[in-house]
Amino acid sequence: MSASEADDLSDLLELARRVAGEARAGEHVEAYVARSRETEVKVFGGQVESLSSAETAGVGVRVLVDGRTGYAWAGTLDPKAVAEAVAEARDNSGFGEPDPDAGLATPEDVATAGPARLDLWRPELLAVSADDKVGFALEVEAATLGADPRVRGVESADYTDFALEAAVASSLGVEASSRRTGCSVYASALAGTEGETQTGFGFSAGRTVDDLDVAAAARDAAERATRLLGARQSASRRVPVVLDPLVTRSVLALIGAAVNGEAVLKGRSMFAERAGESVAAPMVTLSDDPTCADAFGATPFDGEGVPTRRTALIDSGRLVGFLHNVYTARRSGTRTTGSAVRGYTAPPGVGARALSLVPGERAPEALLAAVPEALYVQSVSGLHSGTDPVSGDFSVGAEGCMVRGGGFAEPVREVTIASTLPRMLLDMMEVANDLTWLPGGAAGVTVLIGDMTMSGA
Amino acid sequence: MIDEALVQQTLHRALAHGGDFAEVFAEDRRSTTATLDEGRVEELGSGRLVGAGVRVVRGETTGYAHTADLSPTGLAEAADAAAAAARADGGGVTIVPLTRRSVDPPHGVRVLPETVAKARKVELLARADEAARSESGAIRQVTVSYADARRRILVASSDGVLAEDDQVRTRFFVNAVAAGDTGLQTGTEAPGRTVGFELFDEIPPEAVAQTAARRALSKLSARPAPSGKFPVVLERGAGGVLFHEACGHGLESDLVGRDASVFRGRIGARVASPLVTLVDDGALARDWGAAAIDDEGTPTGRNVLIEDGVLTDYMWDLLRARKGGRASSGNGRRETYQHLPMVRMTNTYLLPGPEDPSELIRQTHNGLYCVALGGGQVNTATGDFVFGITEAYMIESGEITEPVRGAQLIGNGPEALRAIDAVGSDFDTWAGTCGKDGQGVPVSAGQPTLRVAELTVGGTAA
Repeated sequence: MSASEADDLSDLLELARRVAGEARAGEHVEAYVARSRETEVKVFGGQVESLSSAETAGVGVRVLVDGRTGYAWAGTLDPKAVAEAVAEARDNSGFGEPDPDAGLATPEDVATAGPARLDLWRPELLAVSADDKVGFALEVEAATLGADPRVRGVESADYTDFALEAAVASSLGVEASSRRTGCSVYASALAGTEGETQTGFGFSAGRTVDDLDVAAAARDAAERATRLLGARQSASRRVPVVLDPLVTRSVLALIGAAVNGEAVLKGRSMFAERAGESVAAPMVTLSDDPTCADAFGATPFDGEGVPTRRTALIDSGRLVGFLHNVYTARRSGTRTTGSAVRGYTAPPGVGARALSLVPGERAPEALLAAVPEALYVQSVSGLHSGTDPVSGDFSVGAEGCMVRGGGFAEPVREVTIASTLPRMLLDMMEVANDLTWLPGGAAGVTVLIGDMTMSGA
Repeated sequence: MIDEALVQQTLHRALAHGGDFAEVFAEDRRSTTATLDEGRVEELGSGRLVGAGVRVVRGETTGYAHTADLSPTGLAEAADAAAAAARADGGGVTIVPLTRRSVDPPHGVRVLPETVAKARKVELLARADEAARSESGAIRQVTVSYADARRRILVASSDGVLAEDDQVRTRFFVNAVAAGDTGLQTGTEAPGRTVGFELFDEIPPEAVAQTAARRALSKLSARPAPSGKFPVVLERGAGGVLFHEACGHGLESDLVGRDASVFRGRIGARVASPLVTLVDDGALARDWGAAAIDDEGTPTGRNVLIEDGVLTDYMWDLLRARKGGRASSGNGRRETYQHLPMVRMTNTYLLPGPEDPSELIRQTHNGLYCVALGGGQVNTATGDFVFGITEAYMIESGEITEPVRGAQLIGNGPEALRAIDAVGSDFDTWAGTCGKDGQGVPVSAGQPTLRVAELTVGGTAA
């Protein structure tokens, strides 16, 4: 097959092809080559604190001999180091145990979907001057400080951007390449007078600087911090919980780990034996769609050169699908869903890139107005230490506001909200209509969960 | 890695158009990983990362650029880019001649992992797999991984510093999944030290596997953790991460400097129970966060942060120390040459106290006994923290009783430090990766068995 953007990425694809061409008789070789250019500007107190700009590149090599896999990588495209990686991967393959399902993507795997035509690369971002980038960072800092008189400082403010290019080629004749750009501004506000500090962050992200809404990022940071002023622990009890779109995004990412075909195969998912069963409330429909151009995780090809596509995961509450790469699909007796994720330092895994719930009919304001009392959670902490996609246990630190009479009442901090992920999916009562794509592999949307345990005073 | 003349030349170039400080950081890192899953060795992987970063500081601004090309051309380009980023536009700057700093490595590595045959590394995986499975038929899945890394670094700066270090780390990881009436439960154990292959003489793979398996099995019979406020006893080693999160981060001078720490302006003040003495020690031989020098060439050492409850010092890197008119405490660290250094912890621990740990439990009427905590997170500006509990039991009438699961501890750093009311005479450490601003570095955290009079336990049971 031919890659859609081969002309522009010729040097990376060229290198991947050359490495794949090193395959000896009885061997299969795959090379994944990636290059990224990144800029990061941090400002503090109206001054540039640091500006770093860098280009990194590397190659990851898989060698398969008789079902045995060896892997090696190098954080450079220097020919000597690349040759060393090929030799190491070959040597390493002697130590893996044979696995009849191990293998690279075949032309048949690649033919399971046509590659999406996605416009993810904005050359104009590469032409933005360092001065303009510094300008964005200073602007978001100043705007955050000016957004509300109760904001006493800005803990951090930055501008970052990236341009990522990747190519993969194998001795089975699979070739693909893709590239994307992105940038963001971020600020974290400190609110309160002596004796009290509350923090809140805001950001805006896009493919190029024209997409950035600096004022909105600053307003979010200031609102999130000032909203918490006077916050206290609330009494331990069971309450309905409304998740802010940012929090929903993080919860969806956990669900994404449970529909990961590798976790399912290896018995490390709460959904392992539940395909086809009802696992969520009927209004829950969840899919992963990296061909959606607005998603930050959008990409036409996955890490094995397979075209991406929309995969239905939960349909009206019923568990209908899992995500797979070539290996997990083969073992499960199905086809890859184009869900191989990787960097060059590790062989491909499986992952969601663009999860989203089907949004509901009502605006978040209407959703809030319809509950007599609820905890509105604007941010959570300890998401990785307090949740377990294997057992489904869920307990995280939370801050936000109580909701009464359709509006925000007293702010709350230093509480935990707990349930289990399966329970939360079943207790989902409403999804609002404010779906918005966020960085982090999922879309955010306001969600009402009927019952969780709040632990506090 | 790079010869002295080329280092000197790069520093000159970096400061050719002005600036207050320039530094070259070069790194050559080789690593090996091997993973076993479902009883099968999946693959052996090898990695190599080589490159250098150039930093130029001018006034308040730091410029940074890095390259994987250590040739004179590659370094010259990085120097120019860093200088441009720092907006250096004045005249040339004189550089102090380089003096090689000789530092004794804190750790004598006995068996360099690169001298060990790959087959021997792979063999450890099967031994652990078998040990975990033989704990119980309820163990359904076992993942084992082995990792070693040798990281050679060179740091040179316009202050005349030239220092090198050779850091060897070895780690072993076991994750076990047990199945039972409560569904699937996992247990993990992942010891790591700044040593070579001799790690396995000290910690046999079988022992790591048994700990992970027992942890998963204990959760099978665990009931949901309670919610509300309880006295919490942290077993030795288990709660080091609590001090790392709850107060360590707030004592990093970069966060203090930007008003993002509850400990700002509190030097000399009582910030903890008088039972608390907190130390950060990068020279603690063999511990996971140890090194001879930090990633700015400063020799590591023992820094007392809190003494008998009184805040004595913060942790410092070069940049923050220059502003503060003092010396770095050896806490300037970075993940790789692709990152700017910042203030980071190394091996952070609370010193043991007088109490017999078993007596301490007996004196606790009703509470929670934590044997292992997962990761945690802190908001340094407010001091609020959370920690996941991965193995815990109820304490009832002074006795450890049934296991509980699925809870997070939540509290406020300064409040928790003041609420420590008993400190045991034992001690142990925990190895982990600390993340800050997207950079992960190896750290350890340690503590004796101790009791916090009251913490909020966020379970699901009423």
